[in-house]
Amino acid sequence: MTGISFHEVSHTYRPPRSAPTLALERVSLDVREREFLALLGPSGCGKSTLLYLLGGFLPVEAGAVTVAGKPVTGPGPDRGIVFQNFALYPWKTVRQNILYGLEKQRLPRAERERRARELIELVHLGGFDNSYPAQLSGGMKQRVAIARTLAVDPAILLMDEPFGALDAQTRALMHEELLAIIRRTPKTVVFVTHDVREAVYLADRVAVMSARPGRIKEIVDTGFAGEKGPALTGTRAFADKVEHLWDLVRGEAILAQTRRD
Amino acid sequence: MRSAVVRYSPLLLLAIAWEAVPRLGLVDPDTLPPLSAVLRAWIGLLRDGDLAVNGLSSLQNLTAGLVLAIVVGVALGVLMAWYWPVEVLVNPLVRILYPLPRSALIPVMILWFGLGAASKIAAVFLGCLLPVVIGAFNGARGVEQVLIWSARAAGATSLEVLREVVVPAAMPEILAGIRNALALSFILLVAAELLISQRGMGYLISSFGEAGAYDAMFAGVLTVSAVGFFADRLYLLVMGWALRWRG
Ligand SMILES: Nc1ncnc2c1ncn2[C@@H]1O[C@H](COP(=O)(O)OP(=O)(O)O)[C@@H](O)[C@H]1O
Ligand SMILES: [Mg+2]
Repeated sequence: MTGISFHEVSHTYRPPRSAPTLALERVSLDVREREFLALLGPSGCGKSTLLYLLGGFLPVEAGAVTVAGKPVTGPGPDRGIVFQNFALYPWKTVRQNILYGLEKQRLPRAERERRARELIELVHLGGFDNSYPAQLSGGMKQRVAIARTLAVDPAILLMDEPFGALDAQTRALMHEELLAIIRRTPKTVVFVTHDVREAVYLADRVAVMSARPGRIKEIVDTGFAGEKGPALTGTRAFADKVEHLWDLVRGEAILAQTRRD
Repeated sequence: MRSAVVRYSPLLLLAIAWEAVPRLGLVDPDTLPPLSAVLRAWIGLLRDGDLAVNGLSSLQNLTAGLVLAIVVGVALGVLMAWYWPVEVLVNPLVRILYPLPRSALIPVMILWFGLGAASKIAAVFLGCLLPVVIGAFNGARGVEQVLIWSARAAGATSLEVLREVVVPAAMPEILAGIRNALALSFILLVAAELLISQRGMGYLISSFGEAGAYDAMFAGVLTVSAVGFFADRLYLLVMGWALRWRG
């Protein structure tokens, strides 16, 4: 049971010494069990905030956020998250970063080591086991963050622009890996991105958000559920879907831009 | 190699001047014995065991006071950053006490804890506490929110988050605070021993001074300075190793 529901959720940031910001306004959204949902929207529209509420990191002050029908009251290992800026522990090596979550899960030592090795291979970081994050490139750090979250095999995967720092080639590889992982161990995924093609390629549905205060503007079915693969991106249907979403996003991006000036 | 020579050349010049100035009669050799006489006195102190007995005593009290200050200081600083009631209670005290001249504590400690080791340890402890508290507080307060969230999501308890995330993330500031405390510990211990004591390097220095054995007195001063200098060098090495992850 991993269905997710946002009902009329609003969120206001109240920084101690500046004006409050209404980041989300009455957002309602349902994510079906084992669905891959992409959240698409201009920067500053509240995508991360939505994810933090679902992760249980921020208190739900208005509306309701539920997972499998139960209100979210705090973080839990059922929801694994990949943070936007990696959030690796800089004093731990790649291997130690990946092991941390497994230690918290009280897995037997041999099992932890096995899984850590497996994940390091999966994200192509073999040989960097004992490197510290400061010694890695942005793309490598991002892959460590993904490996760390996947290691504990959460039923729900929250990803905040997880491939943003990767070069196009690595990103394409990571797309395939992610899809393969989900095929092997089905998960409910909420995937934040501002890359329209990435959203169409990975997701079953794409929720387009409006500029601040964030609301859900439209939810688009991609309709490619069964046929994901590199061949898909060359098809007419894919191009049309991307075009359609671009039109939706463009207006919001311009709005977000003018508002910043 | 060359850089080491350049770096320590002022020290060499100082040593030459120290030897030359009293020998040339520019100052009274009683007030400033030449370096060679001081070194001869130093070897004498080493032979009699004066240096071992007093040096060991000082080192013990310094270590006890410093370790106590580190343990209590880190705990207090981290708790201040973590639980606001602790901050409300402790932070004003820290601010008020920080500018207080630390050596002013020494007579009070002697009054409370007597003439022996306890008052020396207490003076070092209290004098070194605040830099450690402030380092730990600043470090712990600056920990990135997502690092804490990340640990919570993995299933860490509050205590585990403190121990496994907050303290290591604050380590650069904690270690910098301890370095300040290390320098202060030498000052406080010797000052306390100079004031009143029956043992220790400060005792050695003051008793030779009173007896007019100035070469031995200078040997004591030189020893304390050298140990302080090398302790700091050694500490920097350890700090570099502990923070090797900073790349
Ligand atoms: N801690 C915070 N304090 C104040 N305002 C914040 C904070 N975090 C985010 N915001 C504001 O809330 C809005 C939404 O932020 P965020 O959820 O990070 O957007 P996104 O992830 O879509 O870029 C932004 O306008 C941002 O400036
Ligand atoms: Mg964001």
